[in-house]
Amino acid sequence: MSRPPSALRQSSLRQTALADLEGLRRRHRDVFRPSWRRRAVVIGTLALVVGLAVLGMVRLDFSLLRILHGLHRLGEFAGMMLPPSTGGRFAIFMTALGETLAIAFLGTLTAACIAFPVAFLAARNVVPNPFVRFGVRRGFDVIRSVDVLIWALIWINVVGLGPFAGALAIACSDVGALGKLFSEAIETADRKAQEGVTASGGSRLHRVRFGLVPAVLPVLASQVLYFFESNTRSATIIGIVGAGGIGQYLTELIRVLEMQQVAFLVLMILVTVALIDLVSGRLRRAIIGGAAH
Amino acid sequence: MTAHIDGLPPDRERTLLAAYAGAVASSRRRTLAVFVVVVALYLLAGWMAEVRPLTFLDNIQNFSAYVAQILPPLTLANLPADLAAWYWGLPKWLGLLAETLLMAYLGTLFGGIAAFGLCFLASANLVRSATLRFCARRFLEVCRTVPEVVFALIFVIAFGLGPMVGVLALAIHTAGALGKLFSEVVENIDMKPVEGLTGTGASFVETVRFAVVPQVLSNFASYALLRFEINVRGAGVMGFVGAGGIGQEFLVAIRNFYYSDVSAILLLIILTVVTIDLATERLRHHLLGREAHA
Repeated sequence: MSRPPSALRQSSLRQTALADLEGLRRRHRDVFRPSWRRRAVVIGTLALVVGLAVLGMVRLDFSLLRILHGLHRLGEFAGMMLPPSTGGRFAIFMTALGETLAIAFLGTLTAACIAFPVAFLAARNVVPNPFVRFGVRRGFDVIRSVDVLIWALIWINVVGLGPFAGALAIACSDVGALGKLFSEAIETADRKAQEGVTASGGSRLHRVRFGLVPAVLPVLASQVLYFFESNTRSATIIGIVGAGGIGQYLTELIRVLEMQQVAFLVLMILVTVALIDLVSGRLRRAIIGGAAH
Repeated sequence: MTAHIDGLPPDRERTLLAAYAGAVASSRRRTLAVFVVVVALYLLAGWMAEVRPLTFLDNIQNFSAYVAQILPPLTLANLPADLAAWYWGLPKWLGLLAETLLMAYLGTLFGGIAAFGLCFLASANLVRSATLRFCARRFLEVCRTVPEVVFALIFVIAFGLGPMVGVLALAIHTAGALGKLFSEVVENIDMKPVEGLTGTGASFVETVRFAVVPQVLSNFASYALLRFEINVRGAGVMGFVGAGGIGQEFLVAIRNFYYSDVSAILLLIILTVVTIDLATERLRHHLLGREAHA
């Protein structure tokens, strides 16, 4: 985008604007000189952000030397990654990948089945009692705030090492997140259909079953699909603490610096996630589109 | 009040009812088919993930026993001393918690800056070159798909143990996730200011600075706050692979069966995350609300 300077200089609009510069300044004072108060807020926020960042870097022992040294080693690793190779363990990796997908699917669906009925208890238009609502919501918050890896550690103590613990961990951490999203979707649902059910003599339960559920189901289904996508990513790391899936091999191979196989595993994960994104994106559009028509 | 409604003529009623039954039956059949497929997949997944419902039922009391074990021995008669014994490591844990929060902050900040730089290149309405856009998008995708713990595992070997590694891993993942959200915001802006600035001969950087940034800044800040909240959770487990924060201490407590420590640290983590959650939600409503008024 180069601008021809001669054309600009000759522009009559510019001449007029320049001639009336003083007038323009008087009439649009805010544009030419922003108020001190606004400027102080901006500078203050920036100073706070930068100050906190500097404090953080000092406290967390950032050192340029270490970063440069580390980057050098990362470069070496990248060289070691080429070309990606299976090390003759393709079948094992594929099984682990299948296990990962199974963990994600099982966890997401279980969480959805649990969160679906409970979410109604947290929605204002279904349960008018504020105490029940508040309790259920805070319950979701607490469950949600525990990371999936922590849930995995807890479940390993109960059912032992393996993918089952991983699926339970994903199910647990998702109950909180899905429950929150579900209850928000239920609250924003269109009221007209529900009022119609009431007007034709339906009970409260009829109102939920025939007015509310058909309206929110497509939204909820698309959220569940979205979570399945993101859980595929979570399920790849859950093996780090011993809860099954491809993460187990990934950790092990990174520790022994088998970089070629690590690269292959990462590529496998990337391709799988991209495929699932594609499929679930299609499905989501179909579901939402079907609801819109 | 009574009203008499005449019934439809019988043959007309029959056709209507038959049409209704047909429509309902076809939709029922479809629902049933979807249901069967989902259940079959569920069972298949259960078989692959080695689900053992019987073991689960057998061990479910283990879960309650475990919960009972990690609960601290608090007595009403001796509450302050019991609390002090439960939270014997509070100063150390608070220090680690602060470290975790700083990691999340720095990770969000660095990732956010990187995402800010890249998102304009990945937006279809600003960049004409399809190659550049494609490269920017794929780069963001790789950053976001590889989980941060995997980055942390590799970085720990390259950079050595410590919280700096956690920050770098969080930053890369954040750059990918925020870059995508940011570019979606940029693609939804009002194009009139952009056209105006292009018309006055502004360069790409000038167009972005004066036409795009004022429109998107509050949305960007809101997404960054949301990401900060997610990163606090992520920073909490970075310690599992030696990348700093409170995770290391938690892992040690769980692996060595220091039962009351597990509950103490878990409660601290939950409280912190819930507090941050509520605070960022406030701030985000404030930010988006201000934009709506402007």
